[in-house]
Amino acid sequence: MSETATQIPHVDYLVLGDSPHLVANECSSCGSRYFDRRNACASCFGTDFTKVDISPDGEVTAFTIVAFAAPGVPTPFVAAVIDCDGTQVRGNVINCEPDAEHVSLGMKVKLATYSLGTDGAGTEAIGFGFEPV
Amino acid sequence: MASDDIYILGINMTKFGKHPDKDSVDLGAEAAMAALADGGVTMADMGILAAGNLLGSPGFGQSLQKQIGQTGIPVYNVANACATGATALRTVVMAIKAGECDMGLAVGVEKLSGAGLLGGGGKKKSDDDTWTPDGRFGAVSSTDGRIGTQNMPGVFAQVGMEYGHKYGGTSFELFARISEKNHNHSVLNPLAAYSKAMPLEQIMGDMMIAYPNTRPMCSANCDGGAAAVLVSGEKLKSLSDEQQRRAVKIRASVLTSDPWQDGCQVLPDVNTLTRMAATQAYESASVGPEDLDLVELHDCFATAELVHYDNLMLCEEGGAVDFFESGKPFRDGERPVNVSGGLQSKGHPISATGIANVWEVCHHLRNEAGDRQIEGARIGLAHVIGLGSACGVHILESSAA
Repeated sequence: MSETATQIPHVDYLVLGDSPHLVANECSSCGSRYFDRRNACASCFGTDFTKVDISPDGEVTAFTIVAFAAPGVPTPFVAAVIDCDGTQVRGNVINCEPDAEHVSLGMKVKLATYSLGTDGAGTEAIGFGFEPV
Repeated sequence: MASDDIYILGINMTKFGKHPDKDSVDLGAEAAMAALADGGVTMADMGILAAGNLLGSPGFGQSLQKQIGQTGIPVYNVANACATGATALRTVVMAIKAGECDMGLAVGVEKLSGAGLLGGGGKKKSDDDTWTPDGRFGAVSSTDGRIGTQNMPGVFAQVGMEYGHKYGGTSFELFARISEKNHNHSVLNPLAAYSKAMPLEQIMGDMMIAYPNTRPMCSANCDGGAAAVLVSGEKLKSLSDEQQRRAVKIRASVLTSDPWQDGCQVLPDVNTLTRMAATQAYESASVGPEDLDLVELHDCFATAELVHYDNLMLCEEGGAVDFFESGKPFRDGERPVNVSGGLQSKGHPISATGIANVWEVCHHLRNEAGDRQIEGARIGLAHVIGLGSACGVHILESSAA
């Protein structure tokens, strides 16, 4: 793969570049954050949103180690909820053995990216997860 | 009895398990006809039918009515994930309360044997070999398994782990012991899909599905139906002494959806809507958790049962682990929980569950539960959660003096 290959994020709320990070739509009235689009804030019904960067540093507040998943989903993997400086984020814990000895509640993690593969047009998809720090 | 009260006149659940020779309509008809017979009434007395069946053909209610009696009454086909049965029940409650009719039938059925994992997977990527953003997150490929999990055992595992992170005291073994309790309870339930006691080592040593939930700690996919006939207090006065004696009063019927909470877009919040429903139900019934003689709660996974001790306020906030350790939720304890065996052993034919748990409570309140009877039971609570989310809570009281 060439150095100049174009990249595309796995999801539109992942921003690539020198310091990959997540972005959210923040309600201008109450500050509630959404990774998808909302017509009105689910919390206060405000209709004005601004883009905010989410901290790449977080703490695991819940996890599971999925051993059985839908067809086509490789297992085992660690699915988790990460508290990134007050914003809850869903993601896998990666670059870590997927077992209860290596993953724990309260463990500190940071956002990391990895390649999902390159398509026929030479575009590489980049995914994210959280790795132990 | 007050005229504006609503009662369960007749109720039934089929045997839960494998019914390869019966389709959804057959199972629904079996439960519905048995509920009508239990109440001593016929389809001619029904003013409304509310029916739920998530995985079958659309128009289940109409198909059912063609199987047991077509009278032209309004049919409401309802769907609310695992709270579908409770939603059918609540629909009939509302119709009677609104004065549209004085009797109605609620039915829930599912054919779920061999269904495997529910939730997750997502859409298959198209094979045009180009990453193309799609959907609400502009995803170029499936997110399930890459950005967390969407399968039910994994989601509810995190629900239990989150509780452990917040309050401490949880472990793989603790969750497995909750499952052990329910499997032990199921031995006395002839209608359960699985009625075998399971030692702790067997539960912990079984196949891991989503840590900390092993296979026996997950609700059992099975076939089953349940149905209930509801009647107004005014109408009940005109029925026989025997019908009045066996009628079970609905002290509270509540349905909630999940209000916004930080983080609910990441991990479904099954806590707040349950606490809301319980609060409303206790207020409306003028009873407290200390008045409950038994509780059937939505133990779709062992990890879920723990958090609902707290959400239903059976314990102090944060005290679910201590509550379990105290022995209170065991059948010989102060606040028996899931004496039916719960979803982990009785089984979870999703649309039937929200009526079957009411059936279990009614069975005890009528003193008809045989070997597993909770002696002297007068007040009980039935709770379900449908992910997405919907929560149904019903508080029931015996009519017998």
